[in-house]
Amino acid sequence: MDEILIISGKGGTGKTSLTAAFAHLAKNHVICDLDVDAPDMHLILKPENSQSHDFISGHEAVIVEEKCESCGTCLDMCRYDAVKNEGDRYFIDPLKCEGCKVCVEFCPAEAIDFPDRFCGRWFISDTRFGPMIHAQLFPGEENSGLLVSLLRKKAKEMAEEKGLELILSDGTPGIGCPVIASLSGVSLAVIVTEPTPSGRHDLERVAELCGHFKIPAGIIINKSDLNEKEAAAIEKFAADKGLVIFGKLPHDPTITKAMINQQTITEYADNEFTRELEGIWKKILQSVTSR
Amino acid sequence: MKIAVASGKGGTGKTTVASSLVSVWNAPVIAMDLDVEEPNLHLFLKPEFTGSRIARMEIPEVDQSLCTLCGKCSDLCQFKAISLMGEILMTFPEMCHGCGGCIAICAEKALRPSYRELGEISWGQAGKTDFIMGRLRIGEAMSPPLMREVKKKLNEMQLDAPKDVITDAPPGVSCPAINAVMDSDVIVLVTEPTPFGVYDMKLAHEAFTPMNKPMGVVVNRAGLGNSEIYDYCSAKNLEILAEIPYERSIAEAYASGVIISESSDKMKQLFLELAEKIQQKAGEVRRG
Repeated sequence: MDEILIISGKGGTGKTSLTAAFAHLAKNHVICDLDVDAPDMHLILKPENSQSHDFISGHEAVIVEEKCESCGTCLDMCRYDAVKNEGDRYFIDPLKCEGCKVCVEFCPAEAIDFPDRFCGRWFISDTRFGPMIHAQLFPGEENSGLLVSLLRKKAKEMAEEKGLELILSDGTPGIGCPVIASLSGVSLAVIVTEPTPSGRHDLERVAELCGHFKIPAGIIINKSDLNEKEAAAIEKFAADKGLVIFGKLPHDPTITKAMINQQTITEYADNEFTRELEGIWKKILQSVTSR
Repeated sequence: MKIAVASGKGGTGKTTVASSLVSVWNAPVIAMDLDVEEPNLHLFLKPEFTGSRIARMEIPEVDQSLCTLCGKCSDLCQFKAISLMGEILMTFPEMCHGCGGCIAICAEKALRPSYRELGEISWGQAGKTDFIMGRLRIGEAMSPPLMREVKKKLNEMQLDAPKDVITDAPPGVSCPAINAVMDSDVIVLVTEPTPFGVYDMKLAHEAFTPMNKPMGVVVNRAGLGNSEIYDYCSAKNLEILAEIPYERSIAEAYASGVIISESSDKMKQLFLELAEKIQQKAGEVRRG
């Protein structure tokens, strides 16, 4: 079973629109949206018959006012600046609490509760292109890396159970926790970039991350006609690092029209963009199967 | 006054708005890039760097000769960063959140502080603007600890003469984004009028609302998609502070590393008005 992850470093380069199009072009696959923080692929794929599951992960500290003796131990020991006080009244800012339990453990009055944190929901759904695993972290919540790992496990189980050969995943921008959790052990990372200073800078960092974890990676240059100098610099970077360029796509507002129509670009438009994308998908599959 | 430029969805134009605001700001200002995973603000402000330091986080180091294998540290650790494996106490440095609990609970003093490198903080000058950024080490999973270190450096810079701060925040609505906006006085949400842009802006609006800070919206690429964003903003009483039109020339200027407010008089005017509206939102109207 192969796992292909689409990432970008920089946000807004077209990851999700392209992943949705690949979901249309691929066969015998599970679709996975690993952007659990700001997921968007469901807006195009319109998942149905979703089974919903709670994602409970970690804990948060809550001071019980009646038991608190206002000694200030929690305030002194918290490394996250999460404990606040107004005079003798102590309380914890849930946005800053990391759930480390230090205040709970060291409170001499045993006045701090440590309930589970209900961080979000995850779903198994049907789409017109096959089964889809996705999630929504509640706004402001944490533990996205653990939720990403959980989704990947569920996607693997589903692929095995249904005899499907491919997991196609949409990733998160950045190079931190959720990206690292998405990346470990995938067959191929496809990096979608754009020829802008930010696009190239962020591509270089995410490509280095793939190298760090020894994950094979290739590049798609989206909006490639925006700046030819930057596009050439990206091609040179790829050549220097031995990264394959799967293809170049033009800056095309049709992709937004498709999005508004809740369709992939490959469903919406029979144009050059679509044909280019079909070629790119073939190359991606060849790259995975020829390993 | 502290302004955070945030978005939900990535690539909507946070850095475009932050760099342009810095360029037209009419008071002493510090530009801070808190998107430590993929910092981009320096690519546009092009600061001259005058200093840097490696940011580190405390993690435990075991002295096996003092460890009695009591297991109190591994019982306390919520992040599986320290664990008894038979007769050996193992640490997993990459999992550690640096809470210090294991070191504090060890009666035998078998754990002492060591450090994990988080990344680098660097600072300098972009014209009259003070500049500060963090850059996460490749392979480091946690960005909030580095963001906290960047903010510490900001506080040092603010000691002599406090200045306004314009922060470029990371995308998303989870812990890194929350960490970037929690200390600001005003949040500027940058979005685009597309289904993805609207959906992610709703998430961001929901995530930031409990903080009770004034919020306003900048619609980038106005004219590109549909009108849903305007319906949402009017339903939620969210003021649209500015609309940056969808024009290929703007995209091309951005692609060549130009600060958009410096690309034309029209854009300069747009950002001057935006800056004024933000200052009004913060309740601190300044004379031009």
